[in-house]
Amino acid sequence: MRISLRVNGEEREADVWGGESLLFALREGLGLPGSKNACEQGECGSCSVLLDGELVCACLVLAAQADGHEVTTVEGMADGEELHPVQEAYVQAGAVQCGFCTPGLVVATADLLARIPDPSDDEIREALSGNVCRCTGYAKIFDAVRLAAAVR
Amino acid sequence: MTSAAPRLVSGRIGDVVARADGGPKVKGEFAYASDLSAAGMLWGHTLRSPFAHARIRSIDLTAALTMPGIHAVLTHGDVPGQKCYGLEFADQPVLAIDRVRYFGEAVALVAAEHPEQARRAAERIVVDYEPLEPVVDAERAVEQDPLHPDAPTMGHGYRRDPRPNVVRSIVIRHGDPNVEGDVAISGVYDVGIQDQAFLGPESGLAVPDGEGGIDVYVATQWLHVDRDQVAPCLDLRPEQVRIHLAGVGGAFGGREDLSIQIHGAMLALHTGRPVKMVYSREESFVGHVHRHPARIWAEHRANRDGKLVCVRMRILLDGGAYASSSTAVTSNAASFACGPYAVENALIESTCVYTNNPPCGAMRGFGAVQTCFAAEAQMDRLAAELALDPVELRLRNALAPGDVLPTGQRVTGSMPVAEVIRRCAALPVPEPEALPRDPIRLPGGAGNVTRGQGVSRGVGFAVGFKNICYSEGFDDFTAARVRLFLDARGELAAEVHCAAAEVGQGVTGVIAQVARTELELDEVTLAPHTTATVGSAGSASASRMTWMAAGAVQLACRAAKAELERRGELGAGDEIDLERVYRHERTTPLDPETGQITGERAHVAFACAAMRVVVETDVELGLTRVVWIGTAQDVGKALNPQAVTGQIEGGTAQGLGLALMEEIRTSDGLITNASFTDYLLPTALDMPPVVSDLVEDPEPGAPYGLKGVGEPPTVVSTAAVVSALRAATGRALTRVPVRPDDIVGL
Ligand code: FES
Ligand code: FES
Repeated sequence: MRISLRVNGEEREADVWGGESLLFALREGLGLPGSKNACEQGECGSCSVLLDGELVCACLVLAAQADGHEVTTVEGMADGEELHPVQEAYVQAGAVQCGFCTPGLVVATADLLARIPDPSDDEIREALSGNVCRCTGYAKIFDAVRLAAAVR
Repeated sequence: MTSAAPRLVSGRIGDVVARADGGPKVKGEFAYASDLSAAGMLWGHTLRSPFAHARIRSIDLTAALTMPGIHAVLTHGDVPGQKCYGLEFADQPVLAIDRVRYFGEAVALVAAEHPEQARRAAERIVVDYEPLEPVVDAERAVEQDPLHPDAPTMGHGYRRDPRPNVVRSIVIRHGDPNVEGDVAISGVYDVGIQDQAFLGPESGLAVPDGEGGIDVYVATQWLHVDRDQVAPCLDLRPEQVRIHLAGVGGAFGGREDLSIQIHGAMLALHTGRPVKMVYSREESFVGHVHRHPARIWAEHRANRDGKLVCVRMRILLDGGAYASSSTAVTSNAASFACGPYAVENALIESTCVYTNNPPCGAMRGFGAVQTCFAAEAQMDRLAAELALDPVELRLRNALAPGDVLPTGQRVTGSMPVAEVIRRCAALPVPEPEALPRDPIRLPGGAGNVTRGQGVSRGVGFAVGFKNICYSEGFDDFTAARVRLFLDARGELAAEVHCAAAEVGQGVTGVIAQVARTELELDEVTLAPHTTATVGSAGSASASRMTWMAAGAVQLACRAAKAELERRGELGAGDEIDLERVYRHERTTPLDPETGQITGERAHVAFACAAMRVVVETDVELGLTRVVWIGTAQDVGKALNPQAVTGQIEGGTAQGLGLALMEEIRTSDGLITNASFTDYLLPTALDMPPVVSDLVEDPEPGAPYGLKGVGEPPTVVSTAAVVSALRAATGRALTRVPVRPDDIVGL
């Protein structure tokens, strides 16, 4: 089937088959591989995107469900060459190692700071508990969130 | 223009340098192996065994071949060259021939237009299996029918062991192992199977070159050793196989063995089209080797003053169905069995067996994790028996330069064990937090299951150590190539080639830092990591990559600089292009009968770490919250302090995972929890703050005095977390991961 959706501010169309996830459609159909595929079971958050402004795991949303809706992926966050403050904070804080968790965490962090501009440590932990990182042990991810909150 | 005069360059050795790949990674633009695509690309899929042990009577492809979108269905008969491969011993079939030896063993390959078509076609392949009794008990394996009757690992300088299913057995006999002390402590310890659980699933893209050769873009840890395994199986010359590093989403040892390399290349060569393969998470769990599960029997004998007089330990590792790097893990476990303590008498036996359980191989810590858990539990019990402070007991036995290890090797380099113990013990432990409090800061956290009534606090301590670089006579080297030329502005610039795998640890940053430091240049670029343009870098493992890459890049840069000075200047279009190979000090094998060194050293260097952990445990519900971790680690010299603490924090989290939650569970050899739903990883809610104190005691033989930093935190943290749990619960807790039932005492 053919779906049309707004991705990162652009009207896009894609051919998808019935069982295809939004994640697969973004990565393989729409040329946006930034959202990652670490589990495809809703357990790791590496595929986090905003669907009509709401944080979701793209692997758990059917591509067909996104028809007519608006999606923001990690590719839609930077302003041209200018990194989003959350992206900049992840780089500066050393919160990126292999980086496979990073796109999902960047989207989840931006979502957190949009809701709670100055989160407590407990709020950060809870908000990011659905995003697994295997490399960093999270310490520098918390630093990045605090840094991004401070510069906003 | 003349060579640049010395000037201030940023991003040199010792500076905090932000990752060059940080920008692309935060923007989602960094190309991981699973992100690749090519025009006309097909998708590959692997059919895997549903049995842990079975004979294959026949394979019928008829139905699969007629499925829509199918371009190839291949089995063992289609393997063009050598039918088996392996990291150290070629004991694993590329595709199962007449027998499968583990759950998830690759049996057939499919290439199709869409991944779902490939999966569906694979379901239509009819394999007639005759199930066989699986060998699943490591203790009984040495009496059961051999899984590999030709005993492929015997006769390689290892001790001859006539028992069936022995991968390797090593005995280290040191001093007089029959010496008695004033007290003796004995215990039995178990370690479950841990998974590397890197987030980026095994993936790659194989592209035929149209002339019979192949380019494979893959997430791996060692490009050249991949090539050397792939080429013979494809019946190609090494130069016809070019392995290129694609973006790696974590590795931790799990990418030392091949995954999609031969399979993808076979499908691509067969169809003449690029083929992409991406494992699902479930397939990833069965598709790579794991940390060896272990059973360890330990006896520590000591005098009243706390001095260890003798350590006796028997280590049994379950290697699973194929050898992978088990032989080296077996000996590493033995080498580090006594912990970083001076012990004059020891008897260590370490044995790894073949079974039909999931294959095991390299994972961060490489044998030292399992023995550290057992040895440190023994040290805690010894301290209690002698009524000595556990930190004091460890200080009294701390290994120091000049001491002799159980293998007979004298410590000649840096070994600041007492210093890491003292520095760690000096880190201020946070005060207990009052009740009531927000449940998110109680054991059980967001589950909101307690008000804190049953909560008990415990503080634990542990010390661990491990080797840096490859050991036991392995010819361990790294090549680097440097090109100096004038850039478009007429300024001197450098391009560095090194095949060191960037797996997330930051070795590309180190390479750039070294080149900037040595060449005193800002303009340093890194060429793609590939087998095509430079010699082998060796593996991104054994905490060796930073040391070895720094050594090689330093050598090549110094040679390039000397050449530049000789020439005086470079003109437009001129260039200097040279390659150098760096080797660390030679090691020699251990004597197969006594486990003693046969030269000066079996290991190149060592790194140690001490860790203190505070936990709160709900002793009624069996739930645990790790409150705080403080660690002092011997890092030689921190080349990039931010990257070093990042390694310590991440490595600590993996050890915490093994202590509290991470275990691959099996039933008759079948994995029963191959998903992130059932295999639990530490999340942001599980990790406490980690305070890292970097102990810089330069390693004499290493570039800039550095030591690898990735493994010591993983070695020590499992032991330290469980030590704290014992203090909180008063229970022995001899098995990891510690389950809620163990805490409650069910
Ligand atoms: S890939 Fe979607 S949650 Fe893991
Ligand atoms: S940086 Fe590797 S998973 Fe987070």
